[in-house]
Amino acid sequence: MSNTASPRLDAEAITSKERGQWEMVGRRFFRHRAAVISLVVFILVVLFAYVGPFLWKWDYKIHSEIPSWAAPSLDHPFGTDKAGRDMLGAMMQATKQSLNVALVVAIGSTVLGALYGAVAGFYRGWIDSVMMRFLDIMFVIPFLVITGALAGAIDTSVRWYHMAFILAIFGWTSIARAVRAEVLSLREKEFIEAARSAGGSDWHIIVKHLIPNTMSVIIVSVTLQIAFAILSETTLSFLGLGIQSPDTSLGLLIEAAGASAFNEHWFLFYIPGLMIILIALTINFIGDGLRDAMDPRQTMVRR
Amino acid sequence: MVVFIIRRILLMIPVLLGATILCFVLVDVANDPVQDKIFEISQSTGEPVPQSTIDALESSLYYDRSIPERYWIWLTGFGDTNGDIGLLQGEWGPSIEGSAMDIGYEVSTRFWITLRLVLFATLASIGIAILAGVVSAVKQYSRTDYTLTFLGFLFLAMPIFWLGSLFKEGAVQLNKILGSTVFQTYGSGSTGFRGNGWEVFMDSLPFLIVPTLVLMLGGYAAISRYQRASMLEVMNSDYVRLARAKGVRNRTVMRRHALRTALIPVATFAPLALSGAMGGAMVTESIFGWRGLGVYSLDAINAGDTFAVMAYVLISGVVVLVGVLISDILYGVLDPRIRYE
Repeated sequence: MSNTASPRLDAEAITSKERGQWEMVGRRFFRHRAAVISLVVFILVVLFAYVGPFLWKWDYKIHSEIPSWAAPSLDHPFGTDKAGRDMLGAMMQATKQSLNVALVVAIGSTVLGALYGAVAGFYRGWIDSVMMRFLDIMFVIPFLVITGALAGAIDTSVRWYHMAFILAIFGWTSIARAVRAEVLSLREKEFIEAARSAGGSDWHIIVKHLIPNTMSVIIVSVTLQIAFAILSETTLSFLGLGIQSPDTSLGLLIEAAGASAFNEHWFLFYIPGLMIILIALTINFIGDGLRDAMDPRQTMVRR
Repeated sequence: MVVFIIRRILLMIPVLLGATILCFVLVDVANDPVQDKIFEISQSTGEPVPQSTIDALESSLYYDRSIPERYWIWLTGFGDTNGDIGLLQGEWGPSIEGSAMDIGYEVSTRFWITLRLVLFATLASIGIAILAGVVSAVKQYSRTDYTLTFLGFLFLAMPIFWLGSLFKEGAVQLNKILGSTVFQTYGSGSTGFRGNGWEVFMDSLPFLIVPTLVLMLGGYAAISRYQRASMLEVMNSDYVRLARAKGVRNRTVMRRHALRTALIPVATFAPLALSGAMGGAMVTESIFGWRGLGVYSLDAINAGDTFAVMAYVLISGVVVLVGVLISDILYGVLDPRIRYE
């Protein structure tokens, strides 16, 4: 009996494949041409920074056998600086340190901001008002001054994780606002009521139900946070309040290049600058693509 | 309306207090100017510093008190022994550089230099953002739109210090080629120039062009994307379609019907750009050698000068809050749906 039934069922079965939520997001993302190109370029930059040092013969340190101020050549594709440092090796290390900071800031500030925003939006009432007033206070504090003052006060030489920590504890406010706005509407939904009536604790509801449902907001803000962190870290390093020599960072390389934009050492100035732009630009496009992919309500502005 | 403004100003006071307390504690814990000073003295004399000098230093910088006491005396000046501290009494506190450096004097002269830069740059970036946004929206999906959008992304991704260094060197080269000094690239005005306000302003113009351009390009992109989105929304609305259907000329529809409404969100968003420009001013000032507030705060940070850093925090906080207030008022003035009771 069952033998005759199954072919009939197969014929009647819906032939189109079922698609999960993430598969849909992925398909929409890969239709966004600029975002896909950016993703490829960003992955190449990450490989350059983390895998590159294992493949390239020079590291970022000063070597006596490297000529000073050599123009780009096959031996030193990005040239060398005054002290005798291969700029390709230095660029790999600098990009790595800047990316280290950016990725840790993105993750740290997102976790902090998402939890903060979710708690404020979930409890509402006076807890929410107090927490939002604190956000107002954070908004008024000049970001560069307070992060610079803390980084400048570190006695030992500033390492990338110092910078990551300092930038993360002051960079989470925008995420907190975005997540709170989402949670304010989510908390009235039936599934939250259901979770509560099933005996779910506040913490359980926040972590297992509210935050996963704000994932689209969170993922987009992670990407934007990477661009923000790269720009802040390099700015502070440029001002002498960030990562310090002998370690290196993209901001530090530009600072060291000084006024060489139009003289024979132009490569010292343009290469690290273009690397910062490349990272921030691709990240912004990826974030844009993700936003379009995750929010079907939003019309896709650019394809 | 007046009641609303007064209430908003009163609400700002606790925010400002909270911000200064937080900054004060962080900066104060992170730095120890007395130790730095003692180290400096012992380095220059080569002998251990006598206890009496340490005590004198501590009392002159108010480091003989605890942090809460120090904040209180910084704010109010009650119990002040040297007569140089207490914001409510118009004193900004002692600088670590000694009594020759008066924080209040430095800050009040430098404030106008920085404000000049920040205001010009913010106005210019709002102007160019509106222009770019409207053109982008009117010619949606055209080549112009894509180019402008890409440029916006590019400037959003461009670090302002890099752009500043590039423009500075570019201006120097241009001056060399033209054999002129159209663009001044160092300082905020001719050194030692004196005159009335107008003359000083005219003197500072050549110094202002390049830094303003840098700060403008650093800040316009975010507003311009905002303007494009709001213009698109308005252009697709029913009343604009009605105006067109009535046969109103295209230019009039754009200007009178669409643009006027589309400016509301931008006008309310733009004053917030002041806070971004304040941060950017720190960078541009240090690149172009201005003796402004931003550079002052950088020097103060490097010297661990708590009271000077606090002066900057307070001023920039007030500027940001004034921006927020203007934004709220504009919202009420421009949008008839919103009434302040």
